[in-house]
Amino acid sequence: MGSGHGTELNLTLKVWRQKNSKAAGSFETHQLTGISTDMSFLEMFDVLNEKLISEGKEAIAFDHDCREGICGMCSMYINGRPHGPKQGVTTCQLHMRSFKNGDTIVVEPWRSAAFPVIKDLAVDRSAFDRIIASGGYISVNTGNAQDANNILIPKTDADEAFGAAACIGCGACVAACKNSSAMLFVSAKVSQLALLPQGQVERKERVLKMVEAMDAEGFGNCTNTGACEAECPKGISLENIARMNRELTAASFK
Amino acid sequence: MSKLDSKIPEGPIDQKWTKYRSTVPLVNPANKRSLEVLVVGSGLAGASAAATLAEMGYKVKVFCFQDSPRRAHSIAAQGGVNAAKNYQNDGDSTYRLFYDTIKGGDYRAREGNVHRLAEVSSNIIDQCVAQGVPLAREYGGLLSNRSFGGTQVQRTFYAAGQTGQQLLLGAYSALQRQVGSGNVTLCSRHEMLDVVTIDGVARGIIARNLVTGEMEKHFGHAVLLCTGGYGNVFYLSTNAMGSNVTAAWKAHKKGAFFGNPCYTQIHPTCIPVSGDHQSKLTLMSESLRNDGRIWVPKKKDDNRKPTDIPEEERDYYLERRYPAFGNLVPRDVASRAAKERCDAGYGVGNSKMAVYLDFAFNTARYGRTEATKRNIQNPSQEEIMRLGKEVVKEKYGNLFDMYQQITGENPYEVPMRIYPAVHYTMGGLWVDYNLMTTVKGLYALGEANFSDHGANRLGASALMQGLADGYFVIPYTIGVYLSTEVTRMSAEKDKTDSIDKLKTKHPAFDAALKEQTDLINKFLNIKGTKSVESFHKRLGLIMWNKCGMARNKQGLTEAIAEIQALRKEFWSDVRVLGSADEFNPDLEKAGRVADFIELGELMCKDALHREESCGGHFREEHQTEEGEAKRDDVNFAYVAAWEYKGVSDWELNKEELKYENIKIAQRSYK
Ligand SMILES: Cc1cc2nc3c(=O)[nH]c(=O)nc-3n(C[C@H](O)[C@H](O)[C@H](O)COP(=O)(O)OP(=O)(O)OC[C@H]3O[C@@H](n4cnc5c(N)ncnc54)[C@H](O)[C@@H]3O)c2cc1C
Ligand code: SF4
Ligand code: FES
Repeated sequence: MGSGHGTELNLTLKVWRQKNSKAAGSFETHQLTGISTDMSFLEMFDVLNEKLISEGKEAIAFDHDCREGICGMCSMYINGRPHGPKQGVTTCQLHMRSFKNGDTIVVEPWRSAAFPVIKDLAVDRSAFDRIIASGGYISVNTGNAQDANNILIPKTDADEAFGAAACIGCGACVAACKNSSAMLFVSAKVSQLALLPQGQVERKERVLKMVEAMDAEGFGNCTNTGACEAECPKGISLENIARMNRELTAASFK
Repeated sequence: MSKLDSKIPEGPIDQKWTKYRSTVPLVNPANKRSLEVLVVGSGLAGASAAATLAEMGYKVKVFCFQDSPRRAHSIAAQGGVNAAKNYQNDGDSTYRLFYDTIKGGDYRAREGNVHRLAEVSSNIIDQCVAQGVPLAREYGGLLSNRSFGGTQVQRTFYAAGQTGQQLLLGAYSALQRQVGSGNVTLCSRHEMLDVVTIDGVARGIIARNLVTGEMEKHFGHAVLLCTGGYGNVFYLSTNAMGSNVTAAWKAHKKGAFFGNPCYTQIHPTCIPVSGDHQSKLTLMSESLRNDGRIWVPKKKDDNRKPTDIPEEERDYYLERRYPAFGNLVPRDVASRAAKERCDAGYGVGNSKMAVYLDFAFNTARYGRTEATKRNIQNPSQEEIMRLGKEVVKEKYGNLFDMYQQITGENPYEVPMRIYPAVHYTMGGLWVDYNLMTTVKGLYALGEANFSDHGANRLGASALMQGLADGYFVIPYTIGVYLSTEVTRMSAEKDKTDSIDKLKTKHPAFDAALKEQTDLINKFLNIKGTKSVESFHKRLGLIMWNKCGMARNKQGLTEAIAEIQALRKEFWSDVRVLGSADEFNPDLEKAGRVADFIELGELMCKDALHREESCGGHFREEHQTEEGEAKRDDVNFAYVAAWEYKGVSDWELNKEELKYENIKIAQRSYK
C-alpha cells in the first residue's frame, strides 16, 4: 500500500486526438509499460507525452493545473465516465492503483455542444464563466460591507451553502448528462446564495438571469436522470436542482 | 543615492496609512472612464484588484493563462486567512498581528507595509462575508477561528480545508459581475510575454492567445502584475503545474528590480515524494498542526509500524525543542527540524525522508469531549475514537481524503507521513508603498511582490496579503500615479503622436511583439533532443539540493555554474514540437522554463551574497550552537533589490530596513 510499494502495470491507451475545433478527430492507440500504481492518472499522461516527444511526435494536449482536485481544470472522459471509474475524485486525483495490469483505457474529451474541443482532450468551458457573469454573485462593491459578525448565520445553513459552494466548475456534470444539461453547476451557485441571508435581495432576479444565460449557451434540458450527481467529483447533490426549480417557480410567479 | 525610494509616509506607524489614504490624489469619475488598467492574473490579488478598480470606474482588462479566472492557483489554498478581529477575545489586535508578522518574517520586512496589512485585515473578512463566502461558523451563528503557526491567538478564518477556493470564488464572482456589466474585458487562456515600456514607463503588454497562438498587443495606463509566486523553479513544489515566473521575469528584464529572490518558503507538512514520476507535491495544510503531533521514533531505523511504537519510544521533537510553541512553530523552524531528524537517520517510511503527523492523541481528546457532551457514561476506547474521528472529519475531511487518495493509506488509522516541500516565495518584484515597481506605471500585487513577509511568511497570511493588496491598497495607491497620467493626457491632448492617440500603434509595441514572436520561433527551431520537461527537472534538482532548505557557499557557487551550463544546453538542445499558431502547451512551458533557468541563477546569487541565516534562508555557515538561524543585523538588515544588466549580470541595490516600532531581537519560539 502507498509508501512507494507500487507495483507496475502494462496498459493500452486509446486517446482522442483532434487538431482543433474544426478538424475531425480520431482515436490513437498507445502501449505503456512499467506504469507505477503510485502514479496519478495525469502522471501516466506525462510519461506518455515524454515518450511521444522522444519519438518526435507531438504531445497530447490536456487541461490541468492544481493536480489537487480543486481548480477544476482537468477534464478527461475515461472509459465512458467523466473523471474515470472512481467516485468523488477528479482526473488528477485518480491514481493508477484504480486500474489493473493489461487494462485498455479509453480517454476522450468532455463532449457537449456547449464545450467545443480546443485540441485533443482540452475543451472550451467559458460558457460557465458567462453564466456566472449573468448573476452568480451578490452585488456588493468593495468597501460597503458591515462587520462580518453582524450577520448571524446558523451553522447548518452555512454548512449547506458551503456544500454547494464546493463546486469546482469542472463540467463533469455536463459531460455525464445525455442531454448536456448544466443544471447541477448552475443550481449549486443558485443554492449557495439562496441559502445565505446576504443573497436574499437578488434571489429572484438571480435565478431567472442565470437560467436564461444557461439556456442561451446551448446546454440541454434536465430530465432528472441523476447522472450528474453520480459523476460529480465534489458530491454536489441533486437537492440543489430541486431547490433551483423551486426558486425558479417562485421567481416566475411573483 | 539609493535608486530605491520606498515612499513610506511620515508619521506614527498607526496613522501612516489612514493619513496617507485620505490625502492621496484622487481621479475624478469622468477621467476614470478614460483610464485603462491591465491586470495580469486572476488569483486573489488580481481578481480583487480588477473587480474593485472596475467598480470605481476604470476600464479594466484581465488576463490569465487558465481557461477561467476561477482556476488561478489561489484556489488551492487550504488552511485559512488571518485577520485581527479579536472575535475570540484572546488578546488579538492590529499591533499583535503586525508584531507577529514582523517577527515571523525574521525582521526582514518593512514595518510600514506590514502595519497597513494588519490594519486592513479586518475589512477583508467583512467584504468576503458580504459577498456570500461561506466561512466556517459556530453553532451560535458567529464566525469560527483556528490557530496557525507562529502565533498564540486564534485569528485564522477558514472554510473547511478550502479557504482559498471560497475566497477566490468570492473575488471571482465580484469580477464576473463587472465582466457582465461590461466594465472588465476578460482574456482567459492568454499568457503575458512582455511588458511594453516607452521611455521607461509601462504602457502595455504583449500577450499570446494560447488557443490560437496569436500574438496580441494591449495598451494600458497602468499594468498590474498579480501573477503569483515562482516556487516551481524547484520543479517539485506545492504550486499548480502552470505557476511560473514569466510575467515577473520579463518585467525584471525591462527594469523592475527583483527583491530578495532567495527567500523561499519550504512548508513542513507535505506528502513525501513517492517516485521519479512525481510531478508535483501536495500540501497538507498547516491547520493540521492544530491537532496533529509531529514525531519520529527515538531509535534509528526503527521499522516497526507507527502504531506499534509505544509512547515513550517516540520523539515529539518540536514539543521537545520548542516548548512554548510546540507543534505550532513557524514553517521555516518546523521544516529544518524535520530535515535535521531525517538527516540524522530517524526518518520514517520507505525513503526514510519523512516524519509522522499523528492525530490519535487529539482524536481521543475530541472523542472524550463528545462523549461527555452526549452524556455517554464510561465510553469504550473504540467509542471514543469513533466520536473523535467524526470531529476530525468535520475539521479536515477533505485533506484526509486527499491524503488517502494519493498515498493509499488511511490517516484516520495510521499517522500521516510528511516531509517539507517548496511552497511559497517571499521574494518577488520590489515595490514601494504604493505597490509600484521600479518601472513607472507597473505594479506588483500578491505573491508576485516581495513586500510583506520578510524572510518567512506566517501561515494564512498570503491570502490576507493578496486580498489586502487588491481590495484595499491598490484602489487608493494607483490614484497617486494615474492622477499624473490625467495631467499628462490633458497636456498632450493636441499632440498627434501622443501615446493616447497611438496606443498599440506606437512602434514600441511592434518592436516588443516582434521580439516575442522571434523568441517563440527560436524555441521551435532549435529542434534539439531533450524535452522541456527534462530541463525543468534538472533545474529543480540543482535548486533543491543547493539552494533549498540549507545552503552553503560551495554549493551555491557550484549551482551557479551548473545553471549557466544548463542554460546553454537548453538553448542548443531543447526539443519543442508543434507550431506557434495553435494550442501548444509544450511551447508555453518552454518559455516558462527558459525564464526559470535565469531566475534560478539569480536566486543562488542572492543566497550566496546573503552571509547570514534568516527565516527561510538558512546558510549552514551561520547558525547557533543549537542549529538555529543566526541573523546578522549589522550587515544584512536590508532588502536586496537586484537590477538586471544583461545575461548573468546583476547590480545589487539595497533598501535599508528601519525598525522604529518593534525592537529587533533574536527570534525565539522556545
Ligand atoms: C497548496 C497551497 C496552499 C496554500 N494555503 C494557504 C493558506 O491556507 N493560507 C494562505 O494565506 N496562503 C496559502 N497559500 C499561499 C497562497 O495561496 C498564495 O500565495 C496566493 O493565493 C497567491 O495569490 P496571487 O493572487 O498572488 O497569485 P495566484 O493565485 O497564483 O494567481 C496567479 C495568476 O496569474 C496568472 N498568470 C501568471 N502568469 C501569467 C502570465 N504570464 N500571463 C497571464 N497570466 C498569468 C495566472 O493565470 C493566475 O490567474 C497556499 C499555497 C499553496 C500552494
Ligand atoms: S457540479 Fe460537480 S461536476 Fe458539475 S461543475 Fe460543479 S463540481 Fe464539476
Ligand atoms: S488539475 Fe486541478 S482539479 Fe484536477
